Amino acid sequence: MKICVLIKQVPATDKVKIDEKTGTMVRSEMEAELNPLDMYAVEEAVRIKERLKDAHITVITMGPPSASDAIKDAISIGCDDGYLLTDRRFAGADTWATAYTLSAAIKKIGGFDLVLCGERATDGETGQVGPSVGSQMGIPVLTYVSEIVELTDKYVRVKRAIEGGHEIVEVDLPALISVVKEINDPRIPNLSGKLKAKSAQVKNFDAISIEADQSKIGLGGSPTRVVKVFYPKLTRSGQILRSKDPQSAAKALLNFLKSKEII
Amino acid sequence: MPGVWTLAEFREGVINSVSYELLAWGRSLADTLNVELSSVVLGYEIKDVETLFDHGADTVYKVDDKRIEHFLPDSYSNILFSLVKKYDPQIIIASATTYGRTIMPILSTKLNTGLTADCTKLEIGEDGTLLQTRPAIGGNVMATIRTQTRPQMATVRPRSKKPISYDKSQRKVIVPEIEDELFKSAYRWIKFERDESTDLPIQEADVVIAGGRGMKDEKNFEMLYELAKKLNGVVGASRTAVDMGWIPYSHQVGLSGKTVSPHLYMAFGISGAIQHIAGMSSSDIVIAVNTDPDAPIFNVADFGIIGDATEIIRELLKALGDENE
Ligand SMILES: Cc1cc2nc3c(=O)[nH]c(=O)nc-3n(C[C@H](O)[C@H](O)[C@H](O)COP(=O)(O)OP(=O)(O)OC[C@H]3O[C@@H](n4cnc5c(N)ncnc54)[C@H](O)[C@@H]3O)c2cc1C
Ligand SMILES: Nc1ncnc2c1ncn2[C@@H]1O[C@H](COP(=O)(O)O)[C@@H](O)[C@H]1O
Repeated sequence: MKICVLIKQVPATDKVKIDEKTGTMVRSEMEAELNPLDMYAVEEAVRIKERLKDAHITVITMGPPSASDAIKDAISIGCDDGYLLTDRRFAGADTWATAYTLSAAIKKIGGFDLVLCGERATDGETGQVGPSVGSQMGIPVLTYVSEIVELTDKYVRVKRAIEGGHEIVEVDLPALISVVKEINDPRIPNLSGKLKAKSAQVKNFDAISIEADQSKIGLGGSPTRVVKVFYPKLTRSGQILRSKDPQSAAKALLNFLKSKEII
Repeated sequence: MPGVWTLAEFREGVINSVSYELLAWGRSLADTLNVELSSVVLGYEIKDVETLFDHGADTVYKVDDKRIEHFLPDSYSNILFSLVKKYDPQIIIASATTYGRTIMPILSTKLNTGLTADCTKLEIGEDGTLLQTRPAIGGNVMATIRTQTRPQMATVRPRSKKPISYDKSQRKVIVPEIEDELFKSAYRWIKFERDESTDLPIQEADVVIAGGRGMKDEKNFEMLYELAKKLNGVVGASRTAVDMGWIPYSHQVGLSGKTVSPHLYMAFGISGAIQHIAGMSSSDIVIAVNTDPDAPIFNVADFGIIGDATEIIRELLKALGDENE
């Protein structure tokens, strides 16, 4: 079984702080990490590999040269090899152009039975790239997967976490699956994994090597445009009371709820 | 003139209320553009189509067929694709639910057009194009996005607008003819297992009562459920509370959980880590109870109490009980 995992490098979220004055997030430009929600896709691929004989896991990421670190992270917990799609011409891609580029690379490498991705990336937070890649490739898309119930070399049966419950569906392979956090507990890399990652060779692809249609990549190939960016104030200056005893605190809460016409 | 479309959600025998919120957005866009507003609904034995008119639709496109009783992404997107090609809407909006977030990227890719996710504001710009505003990076950045291709497509965050009532509808139901071929699906739908709790998904609730590590144990979480019941709300949680196994993941609020924007958000024993705030900062009213005066949750609270959450909630429940007597 040939498995492909799509991963993205994002700004590290646990390194951010709120600026007291402006009430906005302060992000250090230097810190980047593998999208935390992609860890679940990587872990799931590794678990499949542990169950099946002859499984091979390739990770693909599109991003700046430094994104090869994300690939190494994935290799350190058990993925086999990785491709970094990096080219100035890819820059500024929206989800449509990103999905086009990723699917061109997937086709170029070829032969995948299963494509796994995260539910969404913690920076853009769209969750659109996965389903869009599946649509580009013309293969079935299974989103919000919380369990792979059954997987053979012919088909996959999954549980999807949707509003109000779980849905069970099945499709023949190849298929694309986006996973949610519920699916597993990602492992921590061990020493031999780290060593393997260190010496792993990440292959680079540019626009020419994936035979991309140049009019469909990067900012130029993106159907959407950001026209304005602004920073909302997150802080509020509410009233803070120190509770003398639970009764009076509850009373104050009750009065506040009444003043807001909630009760 | 090409119109504005909303994708209504019909599932498990009911039209989901998010469909009405979408119509409120659609109505304001259609009125500005002076075009028709249509709602598209797919499913089997579809009921209550009337309510779509009551909430803003001029017309309804209805595809009612046994073969699409369940959500099959390929059949649904093929059918929608053929309808878009035939009727040529200029704007299509869907809710940012698991349905909307699945069908819209598949459809927009087929249509070779752009898609903006999880918008909290939609308006028509001076040049008549759709301006789509959405939060990113945990609500810390807002971006306004324009689509250069047609149709212009967006998903909209649940609860970003209140439904309206509408009495000028032409109440026209269009039942388009769909080729048999389009109903063919690669998906084998097996079953739906409903959650035991009858709770609304937390993203759709008006009131969210959330607990964190400061609630101390699973048993204390029962008080949150009790309070939620009294205030017609649902229970949310921090990741720590979920990781402790006090409550299932579907209740997690935050960067790696759900984003909620209820009218009232109450945080009991939640520190307010940035990843948590990312999921609740667009709530209308925030109340926090925490023993630590420096807890960051107080920075985003309209009303805060420094004190023991478990004791205060117990007293609050008592007081609410007394009031009802
Ligand atoms: C990549 C990433 C993604 C994440 N995603 C999420 C997410 O989606 N959602 C999320 O919530 N977190 C998320 N986190 C975790 C987040 O950083 C925090 O660790 C988490 O939100 C803390 O939960 P908590 O507030 O319940 O616990 P704590 O931080 O331990 O806070 C408990 C609070 O309770 C107070 N307290 C203690 N006893 C009492 C009492 N008796 N009465 C009142 N108050 C009391 C304490 O003063 C403290 O402020 C994420 C982290 C990372 C790195
Ligand atoms: N640049 C990228 N390279 C590889 N995979 C990506 C990229 N962007 C998004 N993905 C994948 O698509 C998922 C959804 O991302 P997004 O639509 O940006 O929220 C992520 O969890 C990744 O699995």
